[in-house]
Amino acid sequence: MRGNPLEVKILTRRFGLPNSASIDVYLANEGYQALKKALAIKPDDVINEVKKSALRGRGGAGFNAGMKWGFVPKQANKPKYVVCNADESEPGTCKDRVLMEYDPHQLLEGIVIAGYAIQSHQGYIYIRGEYRYLMEIVDHAIAEAYARGYLGKNILGSGFDFDLCTHSGAGAYECGEETALLNSLEGLRGYPRVKPPFPAVIGLYGCPTIINNVETLSNVPHIVLQGGDWYAKLGTPNNGGTRLFCLSGHIERPGIYELPMGFPLGRMIEEVGGGVWRGKRLKCVIPGGSSCPVLTAEEIDVPMDFDSLTKIGSMLGSGGVVVLDEDTCMVKAAWRIMKFYAHESCG
Amino acid sequence: MLSDALKHKFDTVIARYPLKRSAIVPLLLFAQDEIGHVSDEAVEEIARRVGVRPIEVVEDIGYYSMLHRKPVGRYHFQVCTNISCMLRGGEEIFAHCAKKLGIGHKQTTPDGLFSLEEVECLGACCGAPAMQVNYDYYENLTPEKIDELIEKLRRKDQGSRIKD
Repeated sequence: MRGNPLEVKILTRRFGLPNSASIDVYLANEGYQALKKALAIKPDDVINEVKKSALRGRGGAGFNAGMKWGFVPKQANKPKYVVCNADESEPGTCKDRVLMEYDPHQLLEGIVIAGYAIQSHQGYIYIRGEYRYLMEIVDHAIAEAYARGYLGKNILGSGFDFDLCTHSGAGAYECGEETALLNSLEGLRGYPRVKPPFPAVIGLYGCPTIINNVETLSNVPHIVLQGGDWYAKLGTPNNGGTRLFCLSGHIERPGIYELPMGFPLGRMIEEVGGGVWRGKRLKCVIPGGSSCPVLTAEEIDVPMDFDSLTKIGSMLGSGGVVVLDEDTCMVKAAWRIMKFYAHESCG
Repeated sequence: MLSDALKHKFDTVIARYPLKRSAIVPLLLFAQDEIGHVSDEAVEEIARRVGVRPIEVVEDIGYYSMLHRKPVGRYHFQVCTNISCMLRGGEEIFAHCAKKLGIGHKQTTPDGLFSLEEVECLGACCGAPAMQVNYDYYENLTPEKIDELIEKLRRKDQGSRIKD
């Protein structure tokens, strides 16, 4: 992975270490400290810390993660589930892939903490079928975590039990939508469900369920360890933390860069991505995956956070920043994106 | 015949869920990995194990684009032409593969060695243009890299035939 001095490395800070995916490297670098801390406080206090952090869903919708967890009924006579959405498939987006490849334990720790926060005892990681090599990496990490007592019965002597396994998709963009994903996880075709009821109340197998993106959950250990206030201050008001931006298309240095929420788009293209390729001029940018309305070259002063993008009529989406140069035929680009949504029965 | 290893894997996967039918899609994919496609026998066996009718398994297969009812090539080229790849030559890479292999979208070479498919975003946007051959990723592709890869895979296949 390429780096840039403007990056603020929170989620990606272990990426450069040799064997960064192994539990030993993770433990030697603050790994599972947040879980220890979380298990010593009340589940509601964990939820409050996440609310305070202004962590918003990194899959694209941007909903406050702590609030989502807060919707799960406290008293339920049914099991509760944590589902991690690793069905990354929004065109232009490839960040969850590196989070699982280089730091799978960071994700596992976030999932176990989420499980404790809503008092769930079972989690599933729904990984897109094409990411088979990642399923192997994550399965290995899960086995390591069981062997060291970070998963399973009575985790770290706290009396809290949590089981976790991976689940493979088999090629369907639609399953990235959370209710479609639940149907897929129940062995059905991945058609979305009508909301309400929301999954927090009626989700997997009709039980209360939270569904969070890989990047969202990977943030959780850092929030627990360093505090919600610290995390919130990394970004802009109501948009806490950093974000993994995937710069692709007609850019000089394509790559995945971790930048503070609210980093201006124009500077991202020029200073981080090295500008439009081949010395060409910018025509437009897709700011957050192919579902997001296109921004013209005049609009790139925008700070890259959820609220600023909404204000100018687009979306921050999933962090896939696709750059198009002056020679691009917009009709063709639009046609290709439409062909995709038609193929996937969306929109 | 499904291997004992595959049957064992079926048991392990089914045990992960409170509702057995949750295992259908992963089981189909694991069966396909071993057999090369989803055979009638695999459909029957999976339906029996998770307690649904075979038609319900077949309905799932029609929905998920990675599942095949018929054999594909030993090396299945899946070339992305979605937006990030398209902007960096993904369509040219697809056309080059088609020309070099003499086959089109969803076709297989007569010797059964290669098949080709134009696919949607693979999550390799920062390494565009990209493709997968079976489950392996190849990124920052050029026509020359495609030529080298095809040659390498042909040689590998000849090597394995001599061993057989």
